[in-house]
Amino acid sequence: MTEKGEHILVVDDDRSIRRYLNAALSAQGYLVTEAANGLDALGEAANQAPDLIILDLGLPGLDGVEVTRQVRQWASMPILILSVREQESEKIAALDAGADDYLTKPFGTGELLARIRVALRHAAQTGSEPTVQIDSLHVDFSTRQVRLSGNEVALTPTEYDLLRVLARHTGKVLTHRQLLRLVWGPAYEGELHLLRVNISNLRQKIEPDPTRPHYLLTEPGIGYRLRGE
Amino acid sequence: MDNQDRPNPDALLAQIQSEEQARTRGRLKIFLGYAAGVGKTYAMLEAAHQRMAEGVDVVVGYIETHRRLETEAMLADLQVLPRKAVEYHGVTLTEMDVTAVLARSPQLVLVDELAHSNAPGSLHSKRYQDVEDLLVAGIDVYTTLNVQHLESLNDVIAQITGVTVRETVPDSVIDVAAEIELIDLPPEELLRRLRDGKVYVPEQAARALEKFFRKGNLTALRELTMRRAAERVDDQMRAYMQTRAIPGPWPAAERLLVCVSPSPLAERLVRAARRLADELNAEWQAIYVETPDQVRLDAGLRDQVARTLQLAEDLGAYTTTLTGQSVAASVLQYAREHNVTKIIAGKPLRPRWRELLSGSVVDQLIHASGTIDIYVISGQTEPITLTDSVKKHRFTPGTRYAGSLLLVTSATALSALFQPYISPTNLVMIYLLAVLLSAIYLGRGPSLLTSFLSVLAFDFFFVPPFLTFVVDDTEYLLTFTGLLAVGLVISQLTARVRDQAEAARRREADTAALYSLSRELAAVDTLGGILNAIVSSIGQTFSRQVAIYLPEGQSEGPLRLFNPSVELEPDENEEALAGWVYEHGQPAGRGTDTLPAAQARYLPLKTAKSVVGVLGVRPKDPASVLGPEQRRLLEAFASQSALAIERAQLAEQARQAQLLQATEKLQTALLNSISHDLRTPLVSITGVLSSLKEGGPGLQGSLQASLVDTALEEADRLNRLVGNLLDMTRLESGALSLAREPADIQDVIGAALDQLGSRLGNRPVSVHIESDLPLVPIDFVLIVHVLVNIIDNAMKYSPDDAPIEILARLKEQIVEIEIYDRGLGIPQEDLERVFEKFYRVHRPESITGTGLGLSISKGIVEAHGGKIWAHNRPGGGSILTLALPVEGTPRHD
Repeated sequence: MTEKGEHILVVDDDRSIRRYLNAALSAQGYLVTEAANGLDALGEAANQAPDLIILDLGLPGLDGVEVTRQVRQWASMPILILSVREQESEKIAALDAGADDYLTKPFGTGELLARIRVALRHAAQTGSEPTVQIDSLHVDFSTRQVRLSGNEVALTPTEYDLLRVLARHTGKVLTHRQLLRLVWGPAYEGELHLLRVNISNLRQKIEPDPTRPHYLLTEPGIGYRLRGE
Repeated sequence: MDNQDRPNPDALLAQIQSEEQARTRGRLKIFLGYAAGVGKTYAMLEAAHQRMAEGVDVVVGYIETHRRLETEAMLADLQVLPRKAVEYHGVTLTEMDVTAVLARSPQLVLVDELAHSNAPGSLHSKRYQDVEDLLVAGIDVYTTLNVQHLESLNDVIAQITGVTVRETVPDSVIDVAAEIELIDLPPEELLRRLRDGKVYVPEQAARALEKFFRKGNLTALRELTMRRAAERVDDQMRAYMQTRAIPGPWPAAERLLVCVSPSPLAERLVRAARRLADELNAEWQAIYVETPDQVRLDAGLRDQVARTLQLAEDLGAYTTTLTGQSVAASVLQYAREHNVTKIIAGKPLRPRWRELLSGSVVDQLIHASGTIDIYVISGQTEPITLTDSVKKHRFTPGTRYAGSLLLVTSATALSALFQPYISPTNLVMIYLLAVLLSAIYLGRGPSLLTSFLSVLAFDFFFVPPFLTFVVDDTEYLLTFTGLLAVGLVISQLTARVRDQAEAARRREADTAALYSLSRELAAVDTLGGILNAIVSSIGQTFSRQVAIYLPEGQSEGPLRLFNPSVELEPDENEEALAGWVYEHGQPAGRGTDTLPAAQARYLPLKTAKSVVGVLGVRPKDPASVLGPEQRRLLEAFASQSALAIERAQLAEQARQAQLLQATEKLQTALLNSISHDLRTPLVSITGVLSSLKEGGPGLQGSLQASLVDTALEEADRLNRLVGNLLDMTRLESGALSLAREPADIQDVIGAALDQLGSRLGNRPVSVHIESDLPLVPIDFVLIVHVLVNIIDNAMKYSPDDAPIEILARLKEQIVEIEIYDRGLGIPQEDLERVFEKFYRVHRPESITGTGLGLSISKGIVEAHGGKIWAHNRPGGGSILTLALPVEGTPRHD
């Protein structure tokens, strides 16, 4: 409840969901604008310049992926996608188009607020912080050092790059494609096994229990994220 | 007829049946006359008017007035249906329009000249067959008939009048007629009318008719007609007496047997037998005995036999074909077995000397007949020639005759070798050996040649004076005769044995074919398999192209061609004919009376219940004709096929019904389960929300928090249920497409545990993953979903603190993931069924769920080409194993 007056645009074609989001967010002190379709959303986004957009994927007419794509042509505010379980490929498309995070309906208010906080904080960052600390995991970008409970962890250059990319976007979902592009280069976008093997190796080194990861979280079918907060 | 006071039950039954039939069938009334001009048509019209006056709906189907004014006047107030025009060789002929009559459906229809032959291209070749259709449709028919058109009287009348009538009707038409009215006119009166020009005489036939209309002829015809009508009255009276047990001077039941031979005389014989049978009121049968000699009859003579037997059947006989060594013996044996009292045979036609040699069949019959009377009918015709039409030998005739030459040469060489040591008469034995060998291996002709050559060679080389045909010692003539006679007998006997074996083989082949069909039909149980078996089996046995028509859908709907061979591609007309056969349940087409011009013969596939389809057969060789035995075999094939098709259809129906029942049961279960499972969480959620809205002093703090937690849990449950239902729908509709990607099993298990999240609570979960597991090509999300379902299930059926263990290992290119629990376990008999939809092991009420989880899991795993199974864990609990191929190519099934 610390953030005050940040402006959130809620885009969903379902009135009761808009009403619920409006109430829940307003109660947290956010300023809320509603839009019921993609065109209105683009208009509101341009006029109001909100700090964050909560965007339903399954909009009539202009869909969520398209709205994301168009917004990203001129603005960089965080976009939080709302989707249902059956929309894996649209979800990935929206994330690849520049959305920051996604939530699968139905979701709890706590989860939603947490994601909003992460996204807003991330947007406020300059991307030049020298270190990231998550629980016992410490990543020092300037020295390329990784420490777990103070002990240095020896990583291969690829593992480090992977962790670095994830840590630069702490809390944010990165799709397989994004990770492969950022770590290995655009030519490797389809080489999923590289990512799987390196994630597995990285987990062996930084996770207390690699079978139940604490830091490096899997988003099934989508990608990975480094635990935020 | 042991008890004459009781009505004969068979007769009663027959009467009841025929009365029943009569109720639905139309009644046929025949106005029978002995010649044209006696006034049949006029009498028929008079009767029709009378019926019309009684209020009966009468129409005229076909009447030929021959422009006689009085007849035309009678027609004036009757409805006359238009005739159908049939084009034939550029001439337009008009025939009764049967379809129009059936459509008009009057109570009574008038059809003149029953014996008329329809124009080629009509549905039936004869008008009486059209009339039969009308009767079957329940329409009464009045018709006219002259006595000389009756089949059985045909040749007698030809003899009396010298005019052969080609248009005949079977005698059974008179037998089935409900009423016969004899139209009589004294011959003098008729002749007077003829002179007055009151009798229609076609110009071209005037001379023939002049010969016909003589008083003597007319008197004879009149007598025949009256006798035929009287017989019929007699029949009716007998039937009446029999059904009402009126005692009377019953003659002993007579049974007649007529022997048919491949001779034109045989038809005469058959007609005579029919007349005799009528007069004696006897049952009669026609038999043909196939002897080894006759196996070699050429196709034309075979057809002759087939036609004769067909005629006998048309005349009401039961026909059969026997195989035997001797005609007389076979006939007598058959006659004794069937209590035949009289045998009718033809007078022998062979020259007297041959009869003296071998004895005639008639002589043999008379000699051995015992108590059976033998009737001999005379006739004159050309003798029958036997031809070697059956190819029985592996060698060509040239080779075989060369063989006999070679044998004689060898025998001569051998004899020359032995000549110094044994007497010439014994050298004959060597020649006999040659004859025997040629009889066995070369056939009749070559062995006869061997016999003659042997005699000549023996004479030439070994009988002094040598190297001439002159014989010094007349004693050698006896040797020659002996050699020749023995040679001939051996040739005949051996050839005969072979022929008989050939005949037996043919019959054997027929039986074997039928047997093999029934075996093949028993082996397959799909309709398609059965139809294939029928087509190939009948096609092979009869060397015919086969088509099977079945009604579209189960039993209704139009006929559809089932034709896997595609050899027989019938045109529209043929299909229409097949339709006719299906509707009427009677054979039609080639070789039958109905549309004989068709390409193929169509048989109804009839069972006791119904006609299940139509079998069409077309000979590959257009000239080929089916003999009666083959026809019967084909009918046997057809009825076997019909039974098999019916069996398959019934099985299909049963399966459908079962499926429907299962589906209904499943739907009921689904509705029950879903409505319960969907509502329960909603009850809690609604309850919590309304409580919160009502508020109240007690609803604060921890109580409120607990209520909200409950609602959240229930909402979560509802969400999972909806997810499962959606998954099931996607799986079942085939909309599930796998997004396969290389996945790390550890990652998959981790993601699953992460998704279960708080539901795991404090339950100890241990994961053991074999190191160096390869990446597995799977749909990550779906397999995570499977694991969540299985682990969720394990939790549901075990105490809250019971541990869950997960094991993953590689086993021959298959990754196995095992989930162990310490729960209630699964009853042995349910180990397979737990993967069925909506199946739940019967457990305490507290355990909820749709029973969809495992069935969805199974669907997903199998879509991956993997397997899932359950077994019980020693010491309590269960193990679920998931096997996923590492080299995954999706299995489509």
